[in-house]
Amino acid sequence: MSNKDAYWNKTKNHMIVTLVLWAFFSLVIFMFGSELNTMSFLGYPLAYYMTAQGSLLAFVIILFWTANKQEKIDEEHGFSEREDD
Amino acid sequence: MFKGDFIKNLPKIYGTYTGGFLVFIILMAIAEQAGVSAKNIGVMFVAFTVLIYALIGYLSRTIQVDAYYVAGRQVPTVFNGMATAADWMSGASFVALAGGVYFGGYTYMAFLVGWTGGYVLVATLMAPYLRKFGCYTVPDFIGTRYGGNLVRACSVFVLFIASFTYVTAQINATGTIASRALGIPFEAGVWVGLISILICSMLGGMRAVTWTQVAQYIVLIVAYLIPVFWISNKVGGGVFPHLMLGDEVARLGELEQQFGLVKNSAADMKAAGVPGGLKYISGSHSGVPEGGMAVWKYLSLAICMMVGTASLPHILMRYFTTPTVRAARKSVAWSLFFIFLLYSSAPMLATLSKLALMDPNLPTGIIGKSISEVQSIEWVQRWSEVKQVFIADFNGDGILQLNEWFMRGDVVVLATPEVAGLPFVISGLVFAGGMAAAMSTADGLVLAISNALSHDIYYKIIDPKADTAKRLLVARVLLVLIGAAGAYIASFRLTSILGSVAWAFDFAMSGLFFPLVLGVWWKRATRAGAIAGIVTGILSGLFYLLWVYPKFSVPIFGGVNEPFLGIDHLRFGLIGAPICLVVMVVVSLMTKEPSPATQKMVDDTRIPTGKAILGKQH
Repeated sequence: MSNKDAYWNKTKNHMIVTLVLWAFFSLVIFMFGSELNTMSFLGYPLAYYMTAQGSLLAFVIILFWTANKQEKIDEEHGFSEREDD
Repeated sequence: MFKGDFIKNLPKIYGTYTGGFLVFIILMAIAEQAGVSAKNIGVMFVAFTVLIYALIGYLSRTIQVDAYYVAGRQVPTVFNGMATAADWMSGASFVALAGGVYFGGYTYMAFLVGWTGGYVLVATLMAPYLRKFGCYTVPDFIGTRYGGNLVRACSVFVLFIASFTYVTAQINATGTIASRALGIPFEAGVWVGLISILICSMLGGMRAVTWTQVAQYIVLIVAYLIPVFWISNKVGGGVFPHLMLGDEVARLGELEQQFGLVKNSAADMKAAGVPGGLKYISGSHSGVPEGGMAVWKYLSLAICMMVGTASLPHILMRYFTTPTVRAARKSVAWSLFFIFLLYSSAPMLATLSKLALMDPNLPTGIIGKSISEVQSIEWVQRWSEVKQVFIADFNGDGILQLNEWFMRGDVVVLATPEVAGLPFVISGLVFAGGMAAAMSTADGLVLAISNALSHDIYYKIIDPKADTAKRLLVARVLLVLIGAAGAYIASFRLTSILGSVAWAFDFAMSGLFFPLVLGVWWKRATRAGAIAGIVTGILSGLFYLLWVYPKFSVPIFGGVNEPFLGIDHLRFGLIGAPICLVVMVVVSLMTKEPSPATQKMVDDTRIPTGKAILGKQH
């Protein structure tokens, strides 16, 4: 397998992991909204908290994490762009 | 001014600008104390900020193609994040989001998840690859990847429908705010708004829009956060509302029980003469509605908004302006961070505003008081005059019940500072913020449309030999025409702001999402497949909208149709996008696989390093 193919396989797997996390915070937890709402976080009902703030924050963290991880994959395979720009 | 070390000086320039804006707010506060009227303070806020944007627009003028289309591809990560956030957060987000949460509670907040979660799709599936490709516009990618004028024209068509539905709502919002702040009629406000938008974008294209959007983001975020924190501290919600409103949310639940969530019948509301567009609270603030259909309604709305986000051309094109692929990825993360600052504050503002009106123990509370007493409150009188709030005593007991208080959603943002007793300077600031939000989105949209028409239709299809001067002239003329058409339609006030905003997402999702994703992620996708997918996707979505939305279906189909699986007019992308996907895959597999040259192009798109597919000037 060429370097390019190996790079693309890793990138693809990384994409899938990111989208699984995304689906968890955007869809899966809201399938159980009524159940989650019986729990509480910071004094808020949990499902309310997640839709008002929690999932939004999770997306921000996912995005920074995924960008950093992808940069590492770039470096490993020598596809990293120069620093100066 | 905009060469060489301008980029290095950006933090200093915008730091000074932010400081200057804060000083201006303080000066206005002093002016208020000195007796300058509320109206004049509103006028000065809007006039001052719009003049600054116009100045930035003028200083960013350009005669170069790549500066006009992609800001010379030198916008640093964090600044592009701010510009995207301003591009994204529209007048609707600014003035209507908190109102939506106020009336819709948990159910409405599917919009919050949808409008943020979509950025994960942008970052993983689209932005870095489109940046590597080196295109000027979204149809530029589709036209080059699949090859040929027909597929390019089809994608321009989808872009036009999606962005144009969006832009009329934005110009409408600009007009509403301009008319209220300046005290002029709505129709005049729309044209004032349009002129302000054009000044910011005409001379410098994407470069000018980028630097004004950064300035607009700073104004809008300051204007949103100051009132939220101030109100929270004033009504005892806590120093940091985002983490400290748990008790308030619980209290709202108690009050809902106490007052009862009553649904008014349409006949009652009509008989009482409730003005159009005004709403009352009939749903729970934090409670999750029971049942599988309610869950599906939430999820389906979130899916449409997320997938739509990842297909909207005016957002995707912001990531064409970064220096590198890596910067494009990081820039998506920064964009969402800056969006998060506002979006996570909207539910807090809604909570505080709701509590201020509902809690009888607070001096601001009105529900449960006698109607004559409420009608003598100054802000109630002022907003009643302009038909933004309304009282209907259905049970005739002379006491204001929860279901007897009607209000327009915008009032939550525009009037809460006043209700909580903040000085007027804050209301003036809110006007400036709303204006910034509506203008920045309208700028991005008008530019996305006119760039696609000038680059993809005029230059790539009609006159490939046109020189730079001619191309930029055409681009500018189209910009003015599109803006004027948007303002003309907006002046008829056809739909409420949010109705048509959601449609833009569904249109974009129906016709663009899969052609873009498969263009990068599936080498086997062919030109015929893309054309068939785009056409069937957008047309089936459009047809379903006409079929399901009563205002269209009654004249066209002669009756109201029951939504299929709960897919109503806000969610019609769930019809268009799957059809687009299936047709695109089937037709692609039936046609000959793309040429080796095209396959190599896709391979190169996937790697961050190496030359862009399309040259620096094309």
